Amino acid sequence: MAFEVNSDCRYAENHEWIQVTGDTATVGISDYAQQELTDVVFVELPEIGDTFAQGEPFAVVESVKAASDVYLPISGEIIEVNDALEDAPELVNDEPYGDGWFIRIKVADPDEMDDLMSPDEYREFVAEQEG
Amino acid sequence: MSKQTPLYAEHLALGAKMTDFAGWEMPVSYSAGPIAEHLRVREAVGLFDLSHMGQITVAGPDALPFLQHVATSNIRRLDEGDAGYAPLCYADGGLVDDTFIYHLTGGYLVVVNAANTDKDLRWFDYQRTGFDVQIEDASERTCMLALQGPRAQEVLQPLTPLNLGDLSRFRVDESRIGEADAIIGRTGYTGEDGFELYLSAENAVPVWRALLSAGEPLDLLPVGLAARDSLRFEPCMPLYGHELGPDISPLQAGLGWAVALKKGQFVGRDSLLKERVEGPARRLVGFEMTERSVPRHGFAVEIEGDVCGHVTSGVYAPTLEKFLGMAYVPAKHAAVGTEIGIVIRGRVRAARIVKRPFYRSS
Repeated sequence: MAFEVNSDCRYAENHEWIQVTGDTATVGISDYAQQELTDVVFVELPEIGDTFAQGEPFAVVESVKAASDVYLPISGEIIEVNDALEDAPELVNDEPYGDGWFIRIKVADPDEMDDLMSPDEYREFVAEQEG
Repeated sequence: MSKQTPLYAEHLALGAKMTDFAGWEMPVSYSAGPIAEHLRVREAVGLFDLSHMGQITVAGPDALPFLQHVATSNIRRLDEGDAGYAPLCYADGGLVDDTFIYHLTGGYLVVVNAANTDKDLRWFDYQRTGFDVQIEDASERTCMLALQGPRAQEVLQPLTPLNLGDLSRFRVDESRIGEADAIIGRTGYTGEDGFELYLSAENAVPVWRALLSAGEPLDLLPVGLAARDSLRFEPCMPLYGHELGPDISPLQAGLGWAVALKKGQFVGRDSLLKERVEGPARRLVGFEMTERSVPRHGFAVEIEGDVCGHVTSGVYAPTLEKFLGMAYVPAKHAAVGTEIGIVIRGRVRAARIVKRPFYRSS
């Protein structure tokens, strides 16, 4: 399956991407993930001020067929959510690395970024999963 | 090991995502995606591989009395060339299956849910005592396709000598599609005009390809099971395993129109008569989420603080652009307009009972 990997992000095993700018970071799901989900019809986002540990579920993405948890790649506090997804959840399918982002966080521990995959590692990881 | 339909390789070539459904490897959706496929059936035309569905032929001198015995609807009203909906019940009124019966020249074709084919055959075997009938499982050798949508006739007509203009809703005829013998029924499970086609398995590939290419200039898309589910959901057509099951009666499911209590004795009649007279304790209702979220099968329904029902199906309805569901609730709470709560991941989300069906083709 053909999918895009954004070279400016790092990736978690549950197919979230994270892009760090200073002490904040933006999180979404990968192009591979949105293709696997098919049409996204609803995204349940957290509240600003909520905090999550690394690997905790922070959102639920509902596709036509199923609900899936979305996990935070590194610990942090929610400082912004993408309100545009409320009326246009299809942005997750159309622009997974752009307007389809989920949340912004204040990074709690930058060292946790080392637990995540580089774009090349992620590409290989997906290829292995696809078998 | 899942079974594959004769069109398995065709689905892969069209970029389908495959899933296991009732022991069959079936396309969930193709490259266009489930919402695009859904809308295309409402606006133009879609082609479905339904070869996982079961086909049971019933023939012989007692074919009609036998079907009258197992079905709750009145099969006597099906003249040759007619097709009709036919629930099958256990003695306690619970549903064995819901089927579609076609009255053909040499007997009847009973089309059953994929997951129930073996069960239905065993059920028929138990019920046939005293009836002079031949019952045969034709599922393996039959390819079933559906061509659904306002342009279905335009796509099919050039490929068949049958005058489709003369084939009205719920009628069936035996003809050809290209070189292949085919049973052509003006039936379907989408709420749109269209056809269901029954062919010999060896003709599946050429007919599938002929329909795809005839449909191309008319915006035809192949359609997977995800869109099939949302398409049947909007017009509130029930699905076995969701709205229907062995512990659910057709009266609770709103299928009273298919329970012919006056046709004579049939399996389940006594229980259904009692339920009709007393009134069902629970009823299937349609609801709209007033708070945005997706209600899914099995979620609890809360009314006035009590958990008293469950969701049977719920979707984002692409034609109506709403989050809708169906649920069983106590009959006293089933009125349109009742405010209900759906328990979604531990939180109660507001919904309101609305009129069924959600959608009717114009």
